[in-house]
Amino acid sequence: MPKHKMKRKSTTIDMTAMCDVSFLLLTFFMLATKFKPPENVTVVTPTSISDTKIAETNVMVITIDKDGRVFFEMDGQPTKKELITAINDDRKLGLNENEMNSFALGGAVGVPFDQLKNYLNTPLGDQKEYKSPGIPVDTALTDANELFKWVAYGRIVNPEARLVIKGDVSTKYPMINKVFSTLANDKIKGYKFNLVTSMKMGDQPKEDN
Amino acid sequence: MAELDTSQGKGGGGKSKKMSTRVDLTPMVDLAFLLITFFMLTTTMNKPQVMEINMPVKPKAEDPKPPEVEASRVLTVILGKDNTVWYYEGLEAPEIKNANYQDIRKVILDKKAAVEANPAFGKDKTVVIIKPTDDAIYKNIVDMLDEMAIDGIKIYAMVPVTKTELDLVGKGNTEANKTPK
Repeated sequence: MPKHKMKRKSTTIDMTAMCDVSFLLLTFFMLATKFKPPENVTVVTPTSISDTKIAETNVMVITIDKDGRVFFEMDGQPTKKELITAINDDRKLGLNENEMNSFALGGAVGVPFDQLKNYLNTPLGDQKEYKSPGIPVDTALTDANELFKWVAYGRIVNPEARLVIKGDVSTKYPMINKVFSTLANDKIKGYKFNLVTSMKMGDQPKEDN
Repeated sequence: MAELDTSQGKGGGGKSKKMSTRVDLTPMVDLAFLLITFFMLTTTMNKPQVMEINMPVKPKAEDPKPPEVEASRVLTVILGKDNTVWYYEGLEAPEIKNANYQDIRKVILDKKAAVEANPAFGKDKTVVIIKPTDDAIYKNIVDMLDEMAIDGIKIYAMVPVTKTELDLVGKGNTEANKTPK
Protein backbone atom coordinates (compact mmCIF):
# COMPACT_ATOMS: atom_id res chain seq x y z
CA MET A 1 0.00 0.00 0.00
CA PRO A 2 1.47 3.26 -1.05
CA LYS A 3 1.90 5.91 1.47
CA HIS A 4 -1.16 8.08 1.57
CA LYS A 5 -0.03 11.62 1.45
CA MET A 6 -2.71 14.10 2.47
CA LYS A 7 -2.54 16.97 0.09
CA ARG A 8 -3.14 20.27 1.77
CA LYS A 9 -5.73 22.22 -0.10
CA SER A 10 -5.16 25.86 -0.67
CA THR A 11 -7.90 28.22 0.49
CA THR A 12 -7.24 30.75 -2.24
CA ILE A 13 -9.14 30.24 -5.42
CA ASP A 14 -8.31 31.46 -8.83
CA MET A 15 -10.12 34.74 -9.33
CA THR A 16 -9.21 35.20 -12.98
CA ALA A 17 -12.35 33.60 -14.37
CA MET A 18 -14.61 35.53 -12.06
CA CYS A 19 -12.81 38.70 -12.95
CA ASP A 20 -13.31 37.99 -16.64
CA VAL A 21 -17.03 37.47 -16.20
CA SER A 22 -17.52 40.53 -14.05
CA PHE A 23 -15.69 42.77 -16.46
CA LEU A 24 -17.67 41.38 -19.35
CA LEU A 25 -20.88 42.28 -17.53
CA LEU A 26 -19.46 45.64 -16.55
CA THR A 27 -18.65 46.44 -20.17
CA PHE A 28 -22.14 45.39 -21.23
CA PHE A 29 -23.89 47.57 -18.70
CA MET A 30 -21.63 50.49 -19.40
CA LEU A 31 -22.41 50.33 -23.09
CA ALA A 32 -26.09 49.69 -22.51
CA THR A 33 -26.42 52.76 -20.30
CA LYS A 34 -27.48 55.72 -22.31
CA PHE A 35 -26.71 58.98 -20.66
CA LYS A 36 -29.47 61.43 -21.17
CA PRO A 37 -28.81 64.90 -22.52
CA PRO A 38 -28.99 67.54 -19.80
CA GLU A 39 -32.50 68.03 -18.49
CA ASN A 40 -33.44 71.64 -18.90
CA VAL A 41 -36.58 71.34 -16.89
CA THR A 42 -37.51 69.23 -13.92
CA VAL A 43 -41.01 67.94 -13.38
CA VAL A 44 -42.59 65.70 -10.80
CA THR A 45 -44.76 63.24 -12.67
CA PRO A 46 -48.04 62.05 -11.16
CA THR A 47 -48.53 58.42 -10.25
CA SER A 48 -50.72 55.87 -11.97
CA ILE A 49 -51.26 52.14 -12.02
CA SER A 50 -50.31 51.93 -15.67
CA ASP A 51 -47.41 49.57 -16.24
CA THR A 52 -46.67 50.31 -19.88
CA LYS A 53 -43.09 51.41 -20.21
CA ILE A 54 -42.16 54.52 -22.09
CA ALA A 55 -40.69 54.05 -25.54
CA GLU A 56 -37.08 55.15 -25.78
CA THR A 57 -36.93 55.88 -29.46
CA ASN A 58 -39.30 57.56 -31.90
CA VAL A 59 -40.76 59.90 -29.35
CA MET A 60 -41.67 63.55 -29.21
CA VAL A 61 -41.77 64.67 -25.62
CA ILE A 62 -43.78 67.70 -24.60
CA THR A 63 -42.94 68.77 -21.09
CA ILE A 64 -45.16 71.11 -19.11
CA ASP A 65 -43.59 72.33 -15.92
CA LYS A 66 -45.39 73.59 -12.83
CA ASP A 67 -45.39 77.20 -14.06
CA GLY A 68 -47.08 76.15 -17.28
CA ARG A 69 -44.01 76.51 -19.47
CA VAL A 70 -43.99 74.14 -22.42
CA PHE A 71 -40.84 72.41 -23.67
CA PHE A 72 -40.39 70.26 -26.74
CA GLU A 73 -37.89 67.51 -27.34
CA MET A 74 -37.26 64.72 -29.83
CA ASP A 75 -34.97 61.76 -29.54
CA GLY A 76 -32.00 60.99 -31.75
CA GLN A 77 -29.38 63.51 -32.82
CA PRO A 78 -29.84 63.02 -36.60
CA THR A 79 -33.60 63.53 -36.20
CA LYS A 80 -33.05 66.66 -34.16
CA LYS A 81 -30.63 67.97 -36.73
CA GLU A 82 -33.21 67.42 -39.47
CA LEU A 83 -35.88 69.06 -37.33
CA ILE A 84 -33.88 72.21 -36.66
CA THR A 85 -32.80 72.42 -40.30
CA ALA A 86 -36.42 72.22 -41.42
CA ILE A 87 -37.46 74.86 -38.93
CA ASN A 88 -34.54 77.08 -39.80
CA ASP A 89 -35.35 76.96 -43.51
CA ASP A 90 -39.02 77.47 -42.99
CA ARG A 91 -39.01 80.22 -40.39
CA LYS A 92 -35.86 82.02 -41.69
CA LEU A 93 -34.22 81.95 -38.29
CA GLY A 94 -30.72 82.35 -39.71
CA LEU A 95 -29.12 79.72 -37.53
CA ASN A 96 -25.57 78.69 -38.33
CA GLU A 97 -24.08 75.20 -38.20
CA ASN A 98 -22.88 75.55 -34.61
CA GLU A 99 -26.26 76.63 -33.34
CA MET A 100 -27.95 73.73 -35.09
CA ASN A 101 -25.45 71.30 -33.59
CA SER A 102 -26.13 72.81 -30.22
CA PHE A 103 -29.80 72.01 -30.71
CA ALA A 104 -29.03 68.43 -31.74
CA LEU A 105 -26.91 67.87 -28.64
CA GLY A 106 -29.03 69.73 -26.14
CA GLY A 107 -32.12 68.70 -24.27
CA ALA A 108 -35.66 70.02 -24.30
CA VAL A 109 -36.17 73.47 -25.80
CA GLY A 110 -38.67 75.90 -24.35
CA VAL A 111 -38.26 79.20 -26.16
CA PRO A 112 -40.28 80.95 -28.86
CA PHE A 113 -38.83 80.82 -32.38
CA ASP A 114 -37.53 84.40 -32.22
CA GLN A 115 -35.42 83.62 -29.15
CA LEU A 116 -34.10 80.34 -30.51
CA LYS A 117 -30.90 81.81 -31.95
CA ASN A 118 -30.06 83.53 -28.72
CA TYR A 119 -30.84 80.40 -26.72
CA LEU A 120 -28.74 78.11 -28.89
CA ASN A 121 -25.76 80.44 -28.56
CA THR A 122 -25.75 79.73 -24.85
CA PRO A 123 -23.21 77.00 -24.03
CA LEU A 124 -24.84 73.59 -23.44
CA GLY A 125 -24.08 73.52 -19.74
CA ASP A 126 -25.63 76.94 -19.15
CA GLN A 127 -28.88 76.34 -21.02
CA LYS A 128 -30.51 75.27 -17.79
CA GLU A 129 -29.93 78.76 -16.43
CA TYR A 130 -31.42 80.40 -19.51
CA LYS A 131 -34.77 81.83 -18.54
CA SER A 132 -36.91 79.89 -20.99
CA PRO A 133 -40.36 81.42 -21.25
CA GLY A 134 -41.78 78.22 -22.72
CA ILE A 135 -43.06 77.55 -26.21
CA PRO A 136 -46.11 79.71 -26.92
CA VAL A 137 -49.24 77.61 -27.08
CA ASP A 138 -52.90 78.39 -27.48
CA THR A 139 -56.18 76.52 -27.77
CA ALA A 140 -56.67 77.80 -31.31
CA LEU A 141 -54.40 76.94 -34.20
CA THR A 142 -53.12 80.41 -34.93
CA ASP A 143 -49.65 81.36 -36.08
CA ALA A 144 -48.85 82.19 -32.49
CA ASN A 145 -49.37 78.57 -31.53
CA GLU A 146 -45.75 77.51 -31.93
CA LEU A 147 -46.17 74.16 -30.23
CA PHE A 148 -48.35 73.13 -33.15
CA LYS A 149 -45.52 74.07 -35.53
CA TRP A 150 -43.00 72.07 -33.51
CA VAL A 151 -45.17 68.98 -33.56
CA ALA A 152 -45.95 69.45 -37.26
CA TYR A 153 -42.24 69.64 -38.12
CA GLY A 154 -41.60 66.70 -35.84
CA ARG A 155 -44.19 64.71 -37.77
CA ILE A 156 -42.42 65.55 -41.02
CA VAL A 157 -38.95 64.47 -39.90
CA ASN A 158 -40.19 61.38 -38.10
CA PRO A 159 -43.71 60.26 -39.04
CA GLU A 160 -43.45 57.30 -36.68
CA ALA A 161 -42.83 59.37 -33.56
CA ARG A 162 -45.22 58.95 -30.66
CA LEU A 163 -46.35 61.91 -28.66
CA VAL A 164 -45.50 61.81 -25.01
CA ILE A 165 -46.70 64.42 -22.55
CA LYS A 166 -44.83 64.88 -19.35
CA GLY A 167 -46.67 67.16 -17.01
CA ASP A 168 -45.91 68.31 -13.51
CA VAL A 169 -48.37 67.33 -10.78
CA SER A 170 -49.22 70.93 -10.00
CA THR A 171 -49.64 72.25 -13.55
CA LYS A 172 -52.94 74.10 -13.79
CA TYR A 173 -55.63 72.72 -16.05
CA PRO A 174 -55.89 75.67 -18.50
CA MET A 175 -52.34 75.04 -19.68
CA ILE A 176 -52.98 71.30 -20.02
CA ASN A 177 -56.12 72.09 -21.96
CA LYS A 178 -54.18 74.31 -24.36
CA VAL A 179 -51.68 71.54 -25.07
CA PHE A 180 -54.36 68.87 -25.42
CA SER A 181 -56.47 70.92 -27.79
CA THR A 182 -53.42 71.82 -29.87
CA LEU A 183 -52.62 68.17 -30.31
CA ALA A 184 -56.13 66.90 -30.92
CA ASN A 185 -55.97 67.93 -34.52
CA ASP A 186 -56.24 66.10 -37.79
CA LYS A 187 -53.22 67.75 -39.36
CA ILE A 188 -50.70 66.44 -36.85
CA LYS A 189 -52.51 63.24 -35.86
CA GLY A 190 -52.03 64.04 -32.23
CA TYR A 191 -55.23 62.62 -30.80
CA LYS A 192 -53.38 59.62 -29.45
CA PHE A 193 -50.71 60.36 -26.93
CA ASN A 194 -49.10 59.04 -23.81
CA LEU A 195 -48.90 60.66 -20.41
CA VAL A 196 -45.77 59.99 -18.45
CA THR A 197 -46.47 58.75 -14.96
CA SER A 198 -44.53 57.04 -12.26
CA MET A 199 -45.46 53.79 -10.60
CA LYS A 200 -48.13 53.62 -7.94
CA MET A 201 -48.47 50.53 -5.84
CA GLY A 202 -51.62 49.09 -4.37
CA ASP A 203 -54.51 49.74 -6.69
CA GLN A 204 -54.99 47.17 -9.37
CA PRO A 205 -57.39 47.42 -12.28
CA LYS A 206 -60.63 45.52 -11.86
CA GLU A 207 -60.51 42.28 -13.75
CA ASP A 208 -63.34 41.63 -16.12
CA ASN A 209 -65.10 38.46 -15.15
CA MET B 1 8.86 29.82 -29.92
CA ALA B 2 11.77 31.21 -28.17
CA GLU B 3 11.66 30.82 -24.49
CA LEU B 4 12.90 33.24 -22.00
CA ASP B 5 14.68 31.70 -19.11
CA THR B 6 13.50 33.56 -16.12
CA SER B 7 14.99 31.28 -13.56
CA GLN B 8 17.95 32.77 -11.84
CA GLY B 9 21.16 30.96 -11.48
CA LYS B 10 20.91 28.57 -8.62
CA GLY B 11 24.59 28.33 -8.06
CA GLY B 12 25.09 31.65 -6.32
CA GLY B 13 25.51 32.37 -2.71
CA GLY B 14 21.94 32.71 -1.35
CA LYS B 15 18.93 30.82 -2.53
CA SER B 16 16.94 33.41 -4.47
CA LYS B 17 13.20 33.25 -3.96
CA LYS B 18 11.08 32.55 -6.99
CA MET B 19 8.54 35.30 -7.32
CA SER B 20 5.00 34.19 -8.06
CA THR B 21 3.42 35.68 -11.15
CA ARG B 22 -0.03 35.39 -9.67
CA VAL B 23 -1.78 38.52 -8.47
CA ASP B 24 -4.61 38.49 -6.00
CA LEU B 25 -7.59 39.53 -8.09
CA THR B 26 -10.10 39.75 -5.25
CA PRO B 27 -10.08 43.57 -4.88
CA MET B 28 -10.41 43.93 -8.63
CA VAL B 29 -13.44 41.64 -8.69
CA ASP B 30 -14.92 43.57 -5.78
CA LEU B 31 -14.55 46.79 -7.65
CA ALA B 32 -15.95 45.33 -10.85
CA PHE B 33 -19.04 44.04 -9.09
CA LEU B 34 -19.58 47.36 -7.39
CA LEU B 35 -19.57 49.08 -10.76
CA ILE B 36 -21.85 46.42 -12.27
CA THR B 37 -24.34 47.01 -9.49
CA PHE B 38 -24.20 50.74 -10.11
CA PHE B 39 -24.77 50.44 -13.84
CA MET B 40 -27.49 47.84 -13.41
CA LEU B 41 -29.43 50.06 -11.05
CA THR B 42 -29.05 53.18 -13.16
CA THR B 43 -30.12 51.49 -16.39
CA THR B 44 -33.30 49.85 -15.20
CA MET B 45 -34.58 52.19 -12.53
CA ASN B 46 -35.21 55.37 -14.46
CA LYS B 47 -37.78 54.18 -16.95
CA PRO B 48 -41.08 55.85 -16.23
CA GLN B 49 -44.48 54.45 -17.11
CA VAL B 50 -46.84 55.92 -19.63
CA MET B 51 -50.58 56.03 -19.75
CA GLU B 52 -52.25 56.04 -23.11
CA ILE B 53 -55.00 58.49 -23.86
CA ASN B 54 -56.99 59.08 -27.01
CA MET B 55 -58.46 62.49 -27.57
CA PRO B 56 -61.35 63.03 -29.96
CA VAL B 57 -60.71 65.10 -33.05
CA LYS B 58 -62.79 68.22 -33.30
CA PRO B 59 -65.85 67.19 -35.31
CA LYS B 60 -66.26 68.63 -38.75
CA ALA B 61 -69.52 70.13 -39.92
CA GLU B 62 -70.34 67.27 -42.29
CA ASP B 63 -69.73 64.56 -39.67
CA PRO B 64 -72.81 62.67 -38.48
CA LYS B 65 -74.06 63.62 -35.04
CA PRO B 66 -72.88 61.30 -32.31
CA PRO B 67 -75.62 59.12 -30.82
CA GLU B 68 -77.44 60.40 -27.80
CA VAL B 69 -76.56 58.89 -24.46
CA GLU B 70 -79.25 57.98 -21.97
CA ALA B 71 -78.96 60.26 -18.98
CA SER B 72 -79.41 57.41 -16.52
CA ARG B 73 -76.09 55.82 -17.33
CA VAL B 74 -74.04 58.98 -17.11
CA LEU B 75 -72.01 60.14 -14.15
CA THR B 76 -70.45 63.56 -14.37
CA VAL B 77 -67.40 64.32 -12.31
CA ILE B 78 -66.16 67.87 -11.88
CA LEU B 79 -62.60 68.43 -10.72
CA GLY B 80 -62.51 71.47 -8.50
CA LYS B 81 -59.73 73.33 -6.75
CA ASP B 82 -57.70 72.06 -3.80
CA ASN B 83 -58.24 68.44 -4.82
CA THR B 84 -62.00 68.52 -4.45
CA VAL B 85 -64.30 66.48 -6.65
CA TRP B 86 -67.94 67.20 -7.36
CA TYR B 87 -70.27 64.78 -9.03
CA TYR B 88 -73.84 64.33 -10.16
CA GLU B 89 -75.74 61.66 -11.99
CA GLY B 90 -77.38 62.24 -15.31
CA LEU B 91 -76.79 65.01 -17.80
CA GLU B 92 -78.45 67.99 -16.15
CA ALA B 93 -77.37 69.09 -12.74
CA PRO B 94 -80.07 69.91 -10.24
CA GLU B 95 -77.55 69.66 -7.45
CA ILE B 96 -74.01 68.43 -7.10
CA LYS B 97 -72.41 66.45 -4.34
CA ASN B 98 -68.96 66.93 -2.94
CA ALA B 99 -66.39 64.15 -2.62
CA ASN B 100 -62.67 63.65 -2.51
CA TYR B 101 -60.36 61.41 -4.47
CA GLN B 102 -60.81 58.55 -2.01
CA ASP B 103 -64.62 58.61 -1.91
CA ILE B 104 -65.11 59.02 -5.63
CA ARG B 105 -64.17 55.41 -6.29
CA LYS B 106 -67.15 54.17 -4.33
CA VAL B 107 -69.41 56.59 -6.18
CA ILE B 108 -68.14 55.40 -9.55
CA LEU B 109 -68.36 51.74 -8.61
CA ASP B 110 -71.90 52.19 -7.27
CA LYS B 111 -72.91 53.87 -10.50
CA LYS B 112 -71.27 51.10 -12.50
CA ALA B 113 -73.10 48.45 -10.49
CA ALA B 114 -76.41 50.28 -10.92
CA VAL B 115 -75.97 50.52 -14.69
CA GLU B 116 -74.94 46.88 -14.97
CA ALA B 117 -77.99 45.84 -12.96
CA ASN B 118 -80.22 47.66 -15.41
CA PRO B 119 -81.23 45.18 -18.17
CA ALA B 120 -81.53 48.00 -20.69
CA PHE B 121 -77.83 48.75 -20.55
CA GLY B 122 -75.72 45.88 -19.26
CA LYS B 123 -72.00 45.61 -18.96
CA ASP B 124 -69.51 48.37 -19.80
CA LYS B 125 -72.15 50.92 -20.67
CA THR B 126 -71.41 53.34 -17.86
CA VAL B 127 -70.35 56.72 -19.14
CA VAL B 128 -68.23 58.98 -17.00
CA ILE B 129 -67.79 62.57 -18.05
CA ILE B 130 -64.78 64.30 -16.56
CA LYS B 131 -64.99 68.05 -16.39
CA PRO B 132 -61.86 69.75 -15.08
CA THR B 133 -62.31 73.33 -13.92
CA ASP B 134 -59.57 75.89 -14.36
CA ASP B 135 -58.52 75.34 -10.76
CA ALA B 136 -57.84 71.65 -11.27
CA ILE B 137 -54.23 70.58 -11.57
CA TYR B 138 -52.63 67.99 -13.83
CA LYS B 139 -52.42 65.47 -11.00
CA ASN B 140 -56.21 65.56 -10.60
CA ILE B 141 -56.73 64.77 -14.26
CA VAL B 142 -54.25 61.91 -14.26
CA ASP B 143 -55.73 60.58 -11.02
CA MET B 144 -59.18 60.64 -12.55
CA LEU B 145 -58.04 58.91 -15.75
CA ASP B 146 -56.28 56.39 -13.58
CA GLU B 147 -59.46 55.91 -11.60
CA MET B 148 -61.21 54.98 -14.85
CA ALA B 149 -58.63 52.23 -15.40
CA ILE B 150 -58.91 51.04 -11.80
CA ASP B 151 -62.70 50.94 -11.81
CA GLY B 152 -62.90 49.44 -15.27
CA ILE B 153 -64.90 52.24 -16.87
CA LYS B 154 -64.63 51.80 -20.62
CA ILE B 155 -66.42 54.94 -21.80
CA TYR B 156 -65.25 58.26 -20.48
CA ALA B 157 -64.66 61.68 -21.92
CA MET B 158 -63.08 64.95 -20.96
CA VAL B 159 -65.46 67.80 -21.56
CA PRO B 160 -65.22 71.52 -20.75
CA VAL B 161 -67.14 72.57 -17.69
CA THR B 162 -70.32 74.63 -18.15
CA LYS B 163 -71.27 77.90 -16.51
CA THR B 164 -74.13 76.30 -14.57
CA GLU B 165 -71.81 73.71 -13.09
CA LEU B 166 -69.23 76.32 -12.16
CA ASP B 167 -71.94 78.27 -10.33
CA LEU B 168 -73.01 75.14 -8.48
CA VAL B 169 -69.42 74.39 -7.51
CA GLY B 170 -68.97 77.97 -6.38
CA LYS B 171 -72.13 77.78 -4.31
CA GLY B 172 -71.00 74.49 -2.83
CA ASN B 173 -67.67 76.01 -1.88
CA THR B 174 -69.25 78.94 -0.04
CA GLU B 175 -71.63 76.62 1.78
CA ALA B 176 -68.74 74.43 2.85
CA ASN B 177 -67.01 77.49 4.23
CA LYS B 178 -70.11 78.61 6.14
CA THR B 179 -70.40 75.40 8.09
CA PRO B 180 -67.03 74.67 9.62
CA LYS B 181 -66.62 71.15 10.85
